[in-house]
Amino acid sequence: MEPKLFRYIWRYSRREQLVVLGLVLASLPFYYLSLDLPRLIVNQPIRGEGFDGPDATRHFLDFSVAIPDFLQGLFGAGQWVLFEGFTLERIPYLLALSCTLLGLVAINGLFKFQINTLKGRMGERMLRRLRYQLFDRVLRFPTPFVRRVKQAEIATMIKDEVEPLGGFIGDAFVQPAFLGGLALTALIFIMLQNFWLGLVAAAVVLVQAFLIPKLRKRILELGRQRQLAARALSGRIGEIVDGAVEIHAHDTSNFERAEITRRLGNIFLIRFELYRRKFFVKFLNNFLAQVTPFIFYAGGGYLAITGSMDIGQLVAALVAYKELPGPVKELIDWDQQRLDVQIKYDQVIEQFHPPQMLASNMQDPGRHRADPFSGDIVAANLTWEDDCGVKIIDSISFRFDARAHVAIAGPAGGGKETLALLLARLLFPSSGKLTVGDQDIAELPEAVTGRRISYVAGDSNFFPLSIRDNLLYGLKHRPLDKLDTELDDPKTAELARMETARAGNPDFNIFADWVDYAAAGAVGPYDIDSRLRAVITRVTLDEDIYQFGLRGTINPHEQPQLTGNLLIARQLLAKMLREPGYDSLIEPFDPDAYNHNATLGENLLFGTPTGAKLDPRHLTEDPIMRDFLHRAGLWDTLIEMGAVIAQTMVELFADLNPGHPFFEQYSFIAADDLPVFAEIVGRIRKLDLGNLPEDDRLALGNLPVGYIEARHRLGLIDADMEDMILSARRQLTRDLPPDYLAAIEFYDPERYNSAASLMDNILFGRPVYGQAEAQSRIGQLVSEVLDELALRGEIFRVGLDFQTGLGGKLLAAGQRQKLALARALLRQSDILIVNEALSAIDPASQAIIRDNIRADYRGKGLIWVAAHEDEAREFDHILRVEDGRLCVPQDSASDHDSPGPATMAHTGRA
Amino acid sequence: MSLNDEVETLRKVPLFRGIEPAKLKLLAFTSERTTFEAGQYLMRQGEDASCAYLIIEGEAEITREINGQSVFVAALGANNFVGEMAILMDQPRSATVCAKSQLCTLKITKDCFFQLIDDFPRIAIELMRVLAQRLETTTADLIRARSIDTPAAGN
Repeated sequence: MEPKLFRYIWRYSRREQLVVLGLVLASLPFYYLSLDLPRLIVNQPIRGEGFDGPDATRHFLDFSVAIPDFLQGLFGAGQWVLFEGFTLERIPYLLALSCTLLGLVAINGLFKFQINTLKGRMGERMLRRLRYQLFDRVLRFPTPFVRRVKQAEIATMIKDEVEPLGGFIGDAFVQPAFLGGLALTALIFIMLQNFWLGLVAAAVVLVQAFLIPKLRKRILELGRQRQLAARALSGRIGEIVDGAVEIHAHDTSNFERAEITRRLGNIFLIRFELYRRKFFVKFLNNFLAQVTPFIFYAGGGYLAITGSMDIGQLVAALVAYKELPGPVKELIDWDQQRLDVQIKYDQVIEQFHPPQMLASNMQDPGRHRADPFSGDIVAANLTWEDDCGVKIIDSISFRFDARAHVAIAGPAGGGKETLALLLARLLFPSSGKLTVGDQDIAELPEAVTGRRISYVAGDSNFFPLSIRDNLLYGLKHRPLDKLDTELDDPKTAELARMETARAGNPDFNIFADWVDYAAAGAVGPYDIDSRLRAVITRVTLDEDIYQFGLRGTINPHEQPQLTGNLLIARQLLAKMLREPGYDSLIEPFDPDAYNHNATLGENLLFGTPTGAKLDPRHLTEDPIMRDFLHRAGLWDTLIEMGAVIAQTMVELFADLNPGHPFFEQYSFIAADDLPVFAEIVGRIRKLDLGNLPEDDRLALGNLPVGYIEARHRLGLIDADMEDMILSARRQLTRDLPPDYLAAIEFYDPERYNSAASLMDNILFGRPVYGQAEAQSRIGQLVSEVLDELALRGEIFRVGLDFQTGLGGKLLAAGQRQKLALARALLRQSDILIVNEALSAIDPASQAIIRDNIRADYRGKGLIWVAAHEDEAREFDHILRVEDGRLCVPQDSASDHDSPGPATMAHTGRA
Repeated sequence: MSLNDEVETLRKVPLFRGIEPAKLKLLAFTSERTTFEAGQYLMRQGEDASCAYLIIEGEAEITREINGQSVFVAALGANNFVGEMAILMDQPRSATVCAKSQLCTLKITKDCFFQLIDDFPRIAIELMRVLAQRLETTTADLIRARSIDTPAAGN
């Protein structure tokens, strides 16, 4: 990137800048005229110059050109009248001139409007370009550098710190030209009226122009400090958020408070001094601007009285002078902004210039190659140094077939991890050479290394997408179709494309299909799922995905066939559950019976709120719902039940401290609310429930909503209560307004419930509490049913839509590692590098997965960084790395045919 | 069975005798009532221990596997506490417990159990008392066994 801001701006916006400059130049004559017109108005129609009698007239809009000297021989001395104008009397003449002034004001305004619009567009385009370029550089940062940068700081720089640059870029050339032009026009105009007044005005302007930037120097320095301090603050806050667990675990929150306090104090002091100085400069500026009119009034008045200047001129000079400070002040502001923005630009650019950045053509998506890697992978004196110059890999040499299965063993931290990164070209050698089939790996574009080689480490990251999208992520190298299907309006699409080109952004359509199905061994979007299922089964993640599927929800309108099948599954399961030994596992939903294993709220609605109108946990907080309960005669009963629950909870939990895990697990009442309920319980002892304050009644009335008789066993639901709730359930569908009814998914044996999970839809009931091994027995039954209907694949597909959360946090560590491996396996690349990627999985499962991968990669390259020696045993070759050097494995020392252990440890077979 | 009935049952358990009803109610509330059919296992020898059971109703049988042979150890009835040793010692189950009839139990998880001991040291004292009593019984058994053995050895 250009080191100097102005060169950067000029390079990318030259043409647009020139257009705006031209526009500025064109606007100046009109501006001059608008300054001159007041003089004419005062002198001619008002004071009567040129109007000798009451009926005298003047020509308006006459236009003539003085005949130049060299043509006077031809035409004679005088003027060349092009247009005689309109003959007007004094009052109409005044009106005509005034209207002209109005017209000029409008023209000047329109010029300004047009200039500002163009400037704004230019600035925004440049800002877009700058942000894109910065982001582009982030993508090209060398990986060791990326690990050191603070995310929060980089994000702040791209998002916030360059923002003022956008505003400034539009002004960079135009503003000084425009404002300078305005000021100069005004100054020349004053000079023409009276030379001395003009001189005074010029002097004041010069003082302003020299003194104030000097005073502002310190302000700029402070501004720079402020920016650095603010950036460091946001970086520090990011660190603290990341280290939240450490802070709690070590009780260092107050240390962090002190640290941030110091930073905030520092920022305050910088900002305060900034303000003090800013306002002083402002004061000085204003003072100078106000002093000049004094000279104008005193001096100009004197000149007018003595007759060396007419009143019109004085008025015009005053008007012109009033126009002067504005542009001058803005010009000074511009200059300050220039310095300010230059500093910002320098700082940002400095951060985005790491050493050894990837050249941009390394990421050209078109530079892929069709033929697989062949030949040998050869390392010759391969060395990699970290930032401190420590040789993590110290002149290693080896050679093996690119299609061999190679294990890299050795102690942790001995360099094997780094060697894997070098082989994946995620690190570049500091010296020495690594070649694949005679090609230097350092020179291969990412389109080759990132597709022909797959790399998986134990700490792989995921984007907050579904499992499916995370798996397909490794196939999205470039858009494969050029359709603009998402932007249906061709005009909008064209505009978007044009602006993209103008800002120098690449023409990649995010809405196109990016998935390289062929690379995954599939034909298109229709058969990719079977490939996904295959790789997930290979990493033994299939059972987990199936469980995710059962926990997932679907939209019945989008998947009518699956919904129909699930309803059949529901019937089959119901039949199985009627058999002896299974009949007590599930209590089915029955429209005419109270379900003791479901919450009272569920029993009342006989359905699940979709969340649009009613909050399932706070049903009674809705006034219409409460009104219904009133009419159904349940409201007072609920409050009575709530009172019993509150009394029991207060009795049970009163002695526990608020952080006690029991609150979260068992209580109806959050620890924070317990004191409130303790007070309510106190009031219940003195008052009737009916006389309690309304707030208390509301709080109590909501407690029973989550009550499950079979689980909580407070004996609140007897036969009478069941009848009451059942009759309210029937009344509900008649009484509630339609929009409420639409917001509840009712339990219907014949219908699919879109608000409930697949599992709940199949069960259509609640597992009975207290049945030994109920969970596994139910799971077993459901499995049988789904297998019978051949629905596993469909459930699996729903499971693929499971959202993995930020960084895959919604998955367990072992699941994350398996998924990362599946993502790599899907790509079917020539070489797979597995860098201790299964550390969170138990050894037995690791062995199964390893065998699967070895079988899948038969005839292709597999490089396996082994955590333990015994993992490495079955591989074709073993590279043992210790202290950055290769050691010859004792067991196979006999079959190496290389000149020496230090240079050549092991030679491939083919 | 309601919570109050369960509290009554808990009060009959030697371990919980002398603990205020309110604390027992909390224990009952936080525990899950679990039913086993005859032939279902409450725990198997060698498994990790995550909970203890209080038998409310029904009968269970403790067996121990020695050299591949299942040896009967004891039969358990209502008000007996089973499985607490393993969670106290944090060891795998030392025996297998199987329901002999339909068995109604209160399942007390390990966390819940320790939390209660933490919160209410009286339970720990009661536990010590019960364990001491068992030790005394075992010691008495041992002495009786030796006194039978000794004359035999003397012969």
